[in-house]
Amino acid sequence: MPLRHLKNVTTLKYDSRKCAGCGLCAAVCPHGVFEMNGRTAAVTDRDRCMECGACARNCAFGAISVRAGVGCASAVLWSLRRS
Amino acid sequence: MPLAKFPSAAGLDKESCSCGPDCCPGTKGGETAGVFRRHIDPVRFASGRRMTAVGEIPLVGARLGFRDRWGALRVRLGIGRGRYAVAPGLYALGSPDPWSPVFVTANYKLSFDALRTKLPGIDAWILVLDTGGINVWCAAGKGTFGADEVAGRLEASGLKKIVFHRTLILPQLGAPGASAPEIARRTGFRAVFGPVRAADLKAFLDAGMTAAPEMRRVRFSLRDRLILVPMELAGIVRSRSFLAGLGLWLAAMIAGIRGAPLAGAAGAGAILAGAAATPVLLPWIPGRMFATKGAILGVLWASAVCLIGGFPPAGPAGLAATAAALLFLPALSAFLAMNFTGSSTFTSLSGVVAEMRAAVPVMLTAAGLGLAAAVLAAVAGG
Repeated sequence: MPLRHLKNVTTLKYDSRKCAGCGLCAAVCPHGVFEMNGRTAAVTDRDRCMECGACARNCAFGAISVRAGVGCASAVLWSLRRS
Repeated sequence: MPLAKFPSAAGLDKESCSCGPDCCPGTKGGETAGVFRRHIDPVRFASGRRMTAVGEIPLVGARLGFRDRWGALRVRLGIGRGRYAVAPGLYALGSPDPWSPVFVTANYKLSFDALRTKLPGIDAWILVLDTGGINVWCAAGKGTFGADEVAGRLEASGLKKIVFHRTLILPQLGAPGASAPEIARRTGFRAVFGPVRAADLKAFLDAGMTAAPEMRRVRFSLRDRLILVPMELAGIVRSRSFLAGLGLWLAAMIAGIRGAPLAGAAGAGAILAGAAATPVLLPWIPGRMFATKGAILGVLWASAVCLIGGFPPAGPAGLAATAAALLFLPALSAFLAMNFTGSSTFTSLSGVVAEMRAAVPVMLTAAGLGLAAAVLAAVAGG
């Protein structure tokens, strides 16, 4: 059974009008959030996004944006302590 | 505890990330990755040297020696994890020629070993980036595994004079930091992302450098989770809060407080429930939040402790002790379970922040009330 965290939290945004169909987003996503639908990428299941940022970093056309970060409670606590 | 995300992969295989102070240079201390590490001399794991157009480079095999295995075991147990880096640069695997593939990986030795051991019989070049001894996924998340380092290391290694082709195979989990379009623009090399697990590299090469969808998915199997448990526990045992709790408990034992032995066992059990049982049983415990899962096991454990301690409780002291167990233990388990988000492979920063907003206030309240009840129990029970 696939493990899932919270729903409706991801900051992933995708604008299919800018997609050139290179397929890199589908290749780099570790959770299969993107899938090639003919010549354009499509988002299949947003809630599986872990915001690693691989898709946005590899999209040469600026079609994807996401606030990339590490989903780590300990790191969040450390950053709070430092600020 | 320390933790972080990203089990990693060298192209690769998952070799627990668990970042934390040492894996997340940005979260504590502020050391700059890559400038402070001493590297393991290639002489210690190379099987020889190989002459190339630009001079001699270390030659490595696909099999690990005793030293490699011993080193890996130590790292898994949390010993010297931040000092397990191989020297960056180019390595020869088998007997590569100018047309052999080039694999790029991080200089965390577990990443490097995961890559080479999955390529028996394959002759290749391995370009090891300086990621400060951090695995691929963690380093990519921090940007140290990226186009800058690929371009610089490529230039420094003289790879352009060694191979005739212009293709680099990058680990898929390096994608959060490395942009294939940018690497192509800056180096003239086409960057192809290999599969998540190094074990699939052969199939990837056989299929003409294409990975089946399944090879592109990160998993979080029982084995992956089990391997992380020793690290979780090692991190806790070395934390200040644990040592403070241990000191307090020893003082209570010496002072002869009646419930001290049971309280110690109860606390140790709650730690195991949150940092060991929750990670292992993750898919089977209800709830989406890690804190919820930890709290569920914590409540079960606290109930067991109450039964052992004598239930129903006798008098005000017994009642206070029962309340202390049912409030404090689940809060502790929930907190430790929440910290495991960093070692999981599927939580996002937004998800973790949302979970913390919801769970931390509840945990703090429960823990505070639980501690107050414990003090009350100790006073009332004498």
